[in-house]
Amino acid sequence: MKRLLILGAGTSGTMMANHLKHELDQEEWEIVIIDECDTHYYQPGYLFLPFDLYAPEDIQKPIRDFIPRGVNFMHEKLDKILPAEQRVISANGDSFHYDLLIIATGTKPAPDETTGMLGKEWKKSVFDFYTYDGALDLRNKLREWEGGKLVVHITEMPIKCPVAPLEFAFLADSYFKHKGIRDKVDITFVTPMSGAFTKPKATAALNHLLTEKHINIIPDFAIERIDNDNKTIVDYGGSSVPFDLLVTVPTNKGDALIERSGLGDELNYVPTNKGTLQSKDYPNIFVLGDASNLPASKAGSVAHFEAEILTENIKRYIAGEPLKADFDGHANCFVETGNGKALLLDFNYSHEPVEGEFPIPGIGPLRLLKESRMNHMGKMAFRWIYWNMLLKGTHIPFVSAAMSESGKHYDK
Amino acid sequence: MEKIISGKNIAVNEEGYLTDFSQWNKEIGEALAKEANITLTPRHWEVLAYLQESHKNEIPLSIRKVGKSGVVDIKEFYELFPQGPLKTATKIAGIPKPVSCI
Repeated sequence: MKRLLILGAGTSGTMMANHLKHELDQEEWEIVIIDECDTHYYQPGYLFLPFDLYAPEDIQKPIRDFIPRGVNFMHEKLDKILPAEQRVISANGDSFHYDLLIIATGTKPAPDETTGMLGKEWKKSVFDFYTYDGALDLRNKLREWEGGKLVVHITEMPIKCPVAPLEFAFLADSYFKHKGIRDKVDITFVTPMSGAFTKPKATAALNHLLTEKHINIIPDFAIERIDNDNKTIVDYGGSSVPFDLLVTVPTNKGDALIERSGLGDELNYVPTNKGTLQSKDYPNIFVLGDASNLPASKAGSVAHFEAEILTENIKRYIAGEPLKADFDGHANCFVETGNGKALLLDFNYSHEPVEGEFPIPGIGPLRLLKESRMNHMGKMAFRWIYWNMLLKGTHIPFVSAAMSESGKHYDK
Repeated sequence: MEKIISGKNIAVNEEGYLTDFSQWNKEIGEALAKEANITLTPRHWEVLAYLQESHKNEIPLSIRKVGKSGVVDIKEFYELFPQGPLKTATKIAGIPKPVSCI
């Protein structure tokens, strides 16, 4: 009996377990998935929790509910991957042999990477919302906050869900309006990028929305430290931005397991072939989702598209056939813009987000790069799709892994 | 498109980054630095040489990577090339602007 081992039962790992369950011969292959957690969090919900739009119970379910029958789920903390021996060692010393390994250990905020971030203001006036605890603490803070300078901040790229900080700023605008204290809140968006987003057309559209919502933007800001005494963030060039409430996205890093195993780059991401999803160093290791160093967004939609491609490549690998470099970097992201509206981005490695209709060219019903209520309903419906279709590896109608260029208004 | 830099016709993109590194030489670097109001010192040249070497070896560049290179720390990198050091330094070095990976 051969063993396929999946590390991480988050979005990526769970999808792979569901795909491969149907594809691998059960007489020949045992599938084992390991995670240190018992709870599966709907991470897009971390954006809504601080604003009381979702309740804690909306965004968590037991991991086991999503692991298909016949796949063995192990609740273990891992110590090391030993690729030369094809083994993984757990924290309590158990050893798991593998024939094929899928790394899906994701990415995590690392606030300790920035001087002063974990200082005396942490969880008092400095918050993050990229963890469940962080989002919940921030919700409690926002419930009682009476206004002042709100700074929404990205520490450095890449981060998981690169549009979430902008969405946070948009939703904050809407939240304080509804509370009747928008005039008491000054919102500033501080980013290390040159604009609201990295791709030109989306940046133009998003910059416009920032202006419309009276959100200041400070681009090209590379944070050196947080000054807890003066409540400012200070950049390497010496400029500083004062805050009363700082909502920061800390540096994101791959799991410490990757570092302990010597498999990562300087941010603990595993060097991975961007088309085939095979590790660059070990042919029997594949990497999925946020754990890889792919030049694609770290987002659930990307992992979803990758999972379809990776399933085919794993079948090819087992059959001894050449892998196909089919992954095109496809990402599909709803961007909440507040007041019950959202816009939608659909892009890949080579094509930036543009205007158009999605998923059916010329019809929609969703509009690309334009605000609409339908897009917002799409985002709200997505939680149901996530729990009921995405994790189970069900194909989402009209939305293919390879990005479609039709229905998109590219410059000629 | 082309731009006259230091008296020569040089191929550049719309943001002014060289599109053909073989056209780069130290005079071009000096001229591009001048446009960015930077006077190049031996320290600048060490950093530029490191960036060019990384580019040649297809190592993706980021501020963090440069800071951990042992060539220069982030603080000094900002002192040498104020305001967006990576964008400025790569332009002077004649290599492409590093792409943000999202």
